[in-house]
Amino acid sequence: MARLVFRNMVKFVLLMLAVSLVTFVLVSVSPIDPVQANVGQAAYVNMSEAKRAQLADYWGADAPLLERYANWLAAAVQGDLGTSLRYNAPVADVIASRALNSLTLMATAWVVSGVLGFALGILAGANRGRLADRLVKGYCFLLASVPTFWLGLVFLVVFSVQLGWFPLGFSVPIGVAASDVTLADALRHLVLPALTLSVTGVANIALHTREKTVDVLESDYVRFARARGLSMWGVLRHHGLRNLVMPAITLQFASISEIFGGSVLVEQVFSYPGLGQAAVTAGLGGDVALLAGIAVLSAALVFGGNLVANVLYGVVDPRIRRSEGGEARA
Amino acid sequence: MRERLCARMRRADLPDEACGGGSSFARAGGGAPRVASAGRAEAGVAGAVGLAASPLNSRADVLHLSRTSRVGNRRVALAALVFAVAALSVIVAVGALSVDAAGATDFSQKNLAPSWEHPFGTDWMGRDMLLRTLAGLSTSVLVGLLAAGVSAVLALVLGVVAALGGKRVDAAVTWLIDLVMGVPHIVLLILISFALGKGFWGVVVGVAVTHWPSLARVVRAEVLQLKESTFVAVARKLGQGPASIAARHMLPYVLPQFVVGLILLFPHAILHEAAVTFLGFGLPPEQPAIGVILSESMGYLSAGMWWLAVFPGLALMATVLLFDAAGSSLRRLIDPHSAQE
Repeated sequence: MARLVFRNMVKFVLLMLAVSLVTFVLVSVSPIDPVQANVGQAAYVNMSEAKRAQLADYWGADAPLLERYANWLAAAVQGDLGTSLRYNAPVADVIASRALNSLTLMATAWVVSGVLGFALGILAGANRGRLADRLVKGYCFLLASVPTFWLGLVFLVVFSVQLGWFPLGFSVPIGVAASDVTLADALRHLVLPALTLSVTGVANIALHTREKTVDVLESDYVRFARARGLSMWGVLRHHGLRNLVMPAITLQFASISEIFGGSVLVEQVFSYPGLGQAAVTAGLGGDVALLAGIAVLSAALVFGGNLVANVLYGVVDPRIRRSEGGEARA
Repeated sequence: MRERLCARMRRADLPDEACGGGSSFARAGGGAPRVASAGRAEAGVAGAVGLAASPLNSRADVLHLSRTSRVGNRRVALAALVFAVAALSVIVAVGALSVDAAGATDFSQKNLAPSWEHPFGTDWMGRDMLLRTLAGLSTSVLVGLLAAGVSAVLALVLGVVAALGGKRVDAAVTWLIDLVMGVPHIVLLILISFALGKGFWGVVVGVAVTHWPSLARVVRAEVLQLKESTFVAVARKLGQGPASIAARHMLPYVLPQFVVGLILLFPHAILHEAAVTFLGFGLPPEQPAIGVILSESMGYLSAGMWWLAVFPGLALMATVLLFDAAGSSLRRLIDPHSAQE
């Protein structure tokens, strides 16, 4: 157990180092001039030479890559992630203020897509070859080909523009003081982004659960239970669920990467002020510190999800715990 | 008709040979009534002939003959493959030819809802959305092909190297896979595209560099399994060098998986290309691309111009489905494990 914890700690630290270094290298090799990108073409042309030099200094365009990275790393170890030049605030603050929005969105979508996908998977597996199965399979197949952001646009057109049920964007109503925003307001703004993200996240888990359900229903113990006179749903409840739930939860933990990626797109579509939107803004503006902060955070989330998935596998399935040794895992 | 007759003869306690005889008669062109009126003596003779001419399983064939006529699955798969490839080529060709027409503005025709003249409507500059969509799809498919191709080659090389290169190399490649998979695709795409100054090459390189890990894992696992297989061990003992073993024994085994994996990479590549372009990191606004069309449409959706977003997205979805169909039917054709399905 101690060895497992230690190994994962080392892996985690190495991954964080690599992700932050890669971010810095990639942003610094970019031919895009941060000064020009941030002040705009017209202002840049009219600017005096001295002003340009001052701004270039502000954006750190001249400092060598390794020096910048070393500075950032030294500060980051002490908990200071640097200053977001774009938002003119400490990166940690920017991330913290937006993380709540993003994490609410992702957590909602994570739970909804998990539950929905699981239910659909069981429904399809129990009715293999029949209409329900074909509908679920077709839905999953179609979903895999639907661009997330386009689905968001369609929802926007249908529910916001045509029906007027939900707001067009943002996480709170426009023109209302922050203290007057009610929970209901916030929830109303959350519905469409969360719906988009949930609906697209269903496919994977539904198909997986369907396969598992089919396997379980073909097993000997199910045949025996059926022979004793248990109904199909009785069998699923007493013998199926415990075999099906854990793989589904594990899979859901391993899919955090996709949910984060989807949230970047969905936040952009709905102008939802979360981490994804901040990442896009930081990327377009060459804000290295913020971009590195978000990239590291997303990698940490994904790593955490995978770790939980692996540990859960071990807890649930003694066969995997025993063969933990040299096996390369996902 | 024939099998029902046979079944009835069975039930009537006729000797089994009669049935066999019946079926061989049928194949010779004899009609059902003739057998029915044949009588015992003839049935006996025919039975003997039938036994000699048709082995037991031919009777089984007839008995289990399906009532509805079926087309072979492989033929269906082949047809689907040909159709998907043809449709995709048409999209690319038409789209590439209509790039100029897609940019043509006509301000007397702006903001039109879909009609027979403009099936996808027109935008705020009077450009025909159908032509723009086709041109965008053609760009997307080409970007997807290029990126998926490069990605697949990367996957092949890294997968083989990891499997054959020894413990250290394997650990390094596995770590690289973990690294690439550890960051959400979109975030990595944003970073890479930004590093290359956005634009065409930013997208192509970004998609190519982020999509190889899953396929590389498959290749690595396959080759590792092959390394332990007896036929490779025999080849080694017979004195074949590593290169010849790789070319003669491993390549033919891994190739089908690889080709299918390559084709199934396209949908991901295209969707990610559109997504990253949509975010503003991909193809520049002056180039026709679905991502550009969709991100521009955002400003006009609240004005009720739904066709700007709905149809291009549907077209993209159809394209992705075509690639998917091509990939899965090709797998059915060349993968021995699912050839019977």
